[in-house]
Amino acid sequence: MDVISLNNVSIRYLTGDLKAIGLKEYIVRRLKRDYHVQEFWADRHITFSLEQGDMLGIIGANGAGKSTLLKAISGIMEPTEGSVRRQGSVAALLELGSGFDGELTVRENTYLRGAMLGYTRAFMDEAYRGIIDFAELGDFEDRPFKQLSSGMKSRLAFSIASLVRPDILILDEVLAVGDGAFREKSEKKMREILSSGATTILVSHSLEQIRTLCNKVLWLEKGEQIAFGADVSGICDRYERFLKGDRAQLHVASD
Amino acid sequence: MINKLKQHQFLFEELVKRDFKKKYKRTILGVLWSLLSPLLMLLVMKLVFTQFFGRSTPHYTTFIFAGTLNYAFFSESTGQGMQSLMGNAGIFTKVNVPKYIFLLSKNVQTFINYLLTLLIFFVLCIFDGITFTWRIVFLLYPIVCLVLFNLGLGLILSALFVFFRDIQYLWTVVTQLLMYMSAIFYNIDRYSQTAQYLFLLNPLYLFIRYFRKIVIEATIPSIWFHLLMAADVLIALGVGAWMYKKYNHRFLYYV
Repeated sequence: MDVISLNNVSIRYLTGDLKAIGLKEYIVRRLKRDYHVQEFWADRHITFSLEQGDMLGIIGANGAGKSTLLKAISGIMEPTEGSVRRQGSVAALLELGSGFDGELTVRENTYLRGAMLGYTRAFMDEAYRGIIDFAELGDFEDRPFKQLSSGMKSRLAFSIASLVRPDILILDEVLAVGDGAFREKSEKKMREILSSGATTILVSHSLEQIRTLCNKVLWLEKGEQIAFGADVSGICDRYERFLKGDRAQLHVASD
Repeated sequence: MINKLKQHQFLFEELVKRDFKKKYKRTILGVLWSLLSPLLMLLVMKLVFTQFFGRSTPHYTTFIFAGTLNYAFFSESTGQGMQSLMGNAGIFTKVNVPKYIFLLSKNVQTFINYLLTLLIFFVLCIFDGITFTWRIVFLLYPIVCLVLFNLGLGLILSALFVFFRDIQYLWTVVTQLLMYMSAIFYNIDRYSQTAQYLFLLNPLYLFIRYFRKIVIEATIPSIWFHLLMAADVLIALGVGAWMYKKYNHRFLYYV
């Protein structure tokens, strides 16, 4: 039984003058024919499926369409073509550091974030102490969030997120945060989550991580699916040769 | 939709709490101020306009208050509702939540503010020598309609605000104009019959007129009056819901 299956998924992305534009500017630009919206395919014809407990690593250069694909899998974006099917609860941990409210206290932000991640209030009441202790923010609970240093913020973000126990876990470069002792602690926590049996999708720039953690790998290049399969080391090797300039690797027939 | 809200109940509650805390900044003065400001508005209008309109309008204080009360709710709810989607971009770009949840939570806050002002309104009515009749229960109709109307316009405005950021200045101008066009401090009896009909095209005037009919004149408006209000509400809600449905997955590109 497939937990996730993507069937010929393509996502068209819009960018250009449409961002942060005013109605006045829009009309003037339209009249002067100076209004440009670029449409491009962030992902094209992506097809793969994962089974219960699979751990997929997604590799590819910046702009390969990894983040967009994660958004489509988590349901934040809708594919322009094709379909995404999911079985079970999804938790996507994307860009964790942002999205907090500086005016609210640490406690209020913790609850709000917990709610965003789909926890229940009862769960949060129970887990709250542990979250604060893990993030080492005991003295800051009732202080406005904006007073925290950026290190503290990411510690809190990680600490809340590390409690997720979804059926499908989506991770965008959040394997470990902080420095020194906290880094060790968070890495340990992360390994716990990864071994919990959830179907996991992981975007990472560290091929080392992918090689050691994942049992399947998906290689994207400029939105195209170059390779997908269980031959993790084989695909990672090809990707490494490609990074060194061997463009022929893009066209090796995949298994 | 009810099901979806239930599923996100915890998040919704936390958003409402956040909106309250930010609005009142945790001070008793914050709550007091939001009650005081419509009273100050009332006081100034009463002082300035009694000379011109007060003599020919019975229960002039109640007359103005019925106007400012509903106008203040309308302008606060739509003005802040407009920002609600954009202001939560940090949340809806990261987790998959129904996007109208932000507008709803904002409107819970403005609605409770309205209810508090409504209490003061009834107290002042007594001071103004109004005797309440059983018809007062009919006020539920314009109140429910106004809440829904605000939600509808909030949907439209918050969607537009994502696309065109200068909508907020335009809307400030529109609400200003509406204040003068809604017969808040003057009586429309002296206009020609045609002009009086034209006032009925202004939805905000309908809510205010309904209040005055019930409270001051102790009469229930005609069935046509009810239908006209319902039509305004349905149009606003319909257009708003349609925009959210159509652009649900496009908002992401604009933030």
